[in-house]
Amino acid sequence: MKTKDLITRRNLLIAGVTSVGGLLVSGCSRKLPPTYGNILRMGDTFTYGVHRALLPGESLVKEYSHRDISSFPATGTTNPGDPNHPRPSEIYRNLERGGFADWRLSIEGQVARPGSYSLAELKGFPSRTQITRHICEEGWCAIAEWTGVPLSRVLDAAGILPTARFVSFYSYDDWADCIDMLDALHPQTILAYGMNGRELSIPHGAPVRLRVERQLGYKSMKYLQRIVVRDEFDDGGKSGSIQNGWAWYIGI
Amino acid sequence: MANSQKQPVQPNRIGHTRWVRLSHWIITVSFLTLAFTGVEILMVHPRLYWGEVGNDLTPALLELPISRNYRHGGWDKTVAFFQDAGSPVSANRTYDIFNKNGWGRSLHFLAAWCFVLPGAIYLLVGLFTGHFRRNIVPRPTELNPKSFWREIVDHTRLRIRAATGGPTYGLLQKCSYFAVVFVALPLAVVSGLSMSPAITAAFPFLLRLFGGYQSARTIHFGTFVILILFLLVHVVMIIKSGFKHQMRAMTIGK
Repeated sequence: MKTKDLITRRNLLIAGVTSVGGLLVSGCSRKLPPTYGNILRMGDTFTYGVHRALLPGESLVKEYSHRDISSFPATGTTNPGDPNHPRPSEIYRNLERGGFADWRLSIEGQVARPGSYSLAELKGFPSRTQITRHICEEGWCAIAEWTGVPLSRVLDAAGILPTARFVSFYSYDDWADCIDMLDALHPQTILAYGMNGRELSIPHGAPVRLRVERQLGYKSMKYLQRIVVRDEFDDGGKSGSIQNGWAWYIGI
Repeated sequence: MANSQKQPVQPNRIGHTRWVRLSHWIITVSFLTLAFTGVEILMVHPRLYWGEVGNDLTPALLELPISRNYRHGGWDKTVAFFQDAGSPVSANRTYDIFNKNGWGRSLHFLAAWCFVLPGAIYLLVGLFTGHFRRNIVPRPTELNPKSFWREIVDHTRLRIRAATGGPTYGLLQKCSYFAVVFVALPLAVVSGLSMSPAITAAFPFLLRLFGGYQSARTIHFGTFVILILFLLVHVVMIIKSGFKHQMRAMTIGK
């Protein structure tokens, strides 16, 4: 066999076309966010696929030192219990009055031991403190210290079933969103109850918010209420980012 | 490649090859979409910074009056994070900002794919066919102060050569194409990637390269300004050298 014929232009073309085809076929499952035939959502999904195919899953974002902590605007919902909020939450207002003593985070879905955790119970888990950069889709960024329990610890305690692929989150300001298992089990993905050495304040998502450090800020949901582990993708309906016109995966 | 070397063609009658014409228009459409959505994204937060961090509660390098978000002032009183003087602060935003980033960002990244993938093919083909070596990279013999001076004088007086419909290019033309293809566009891509939390987690040197997220964002904006200036000059040159002829040469190739 002549070695110079090993890679011909034709072979290269065939290899390229078949591998792209393979990607498209494997894309036809419910392990990917729906596009609703929208070309923008197709672009978002393509970016997600490329990131998951090419980027190492375990890489950590940069962690900063204490002196790097910066001023931090509170945007979006700054108090779900505020009567001026478009969808004010009576439940949240009552929880806040009680100092969040009655707040419980429920974990449901594809887990062996569904249940709920109080703030004290979450603080009973081994904690993680990280000084990371929050990047807002608007273009600004800020650095803060977050303390909380790694989501993977809580998921382990609840016993995620082997078929589970996504983790959905629901908040008191009526948002729904989800992340894939790679982000959910990432060491820097935490349920944060502390910010800059204090209890998490209401404008920043009290009593507990999510931190998903390898995606933009809006994935780090504030005012957590409920976690649901799922086998298949769930867009969260009208409360979800996709139906509100935002990219589901925003690691960019 | 072999053809053009064997058969001596008159240098000013080569014309644009088909792949150059195709790349030109794919990149044009992608670039214009990137520029349009880039301006939309900047309008949402029309402040530029230097370093790692920048937001409405930190000083800006530059503020652009390009949307109602410019100095909107819709903030509650600030609350300090720490006891000491000069502590970083928090404040609630009370202002309903302009924000079309839902489609703006997704379209920006869709256009980025439509730019990066054909752009990479363009670079590879340009390298392997000798297009860059023959037509874009200035020859050492051209690079002398006298030639530069003559071309600069001609261009400032708008004495532009009539269209040849393709290579060979003039010295300043080669230099500007070289700067766009090998400096400005790659810098736009790399500074853009440096704003991605997933990519900088995998490749932390990107943040060190630019000295932080906000520096990368400001440089990304800088490449936009440079490329828009290039586009303006490019269009003026096309018009001055014979618009119809040039457009025909870059579309149907005649």
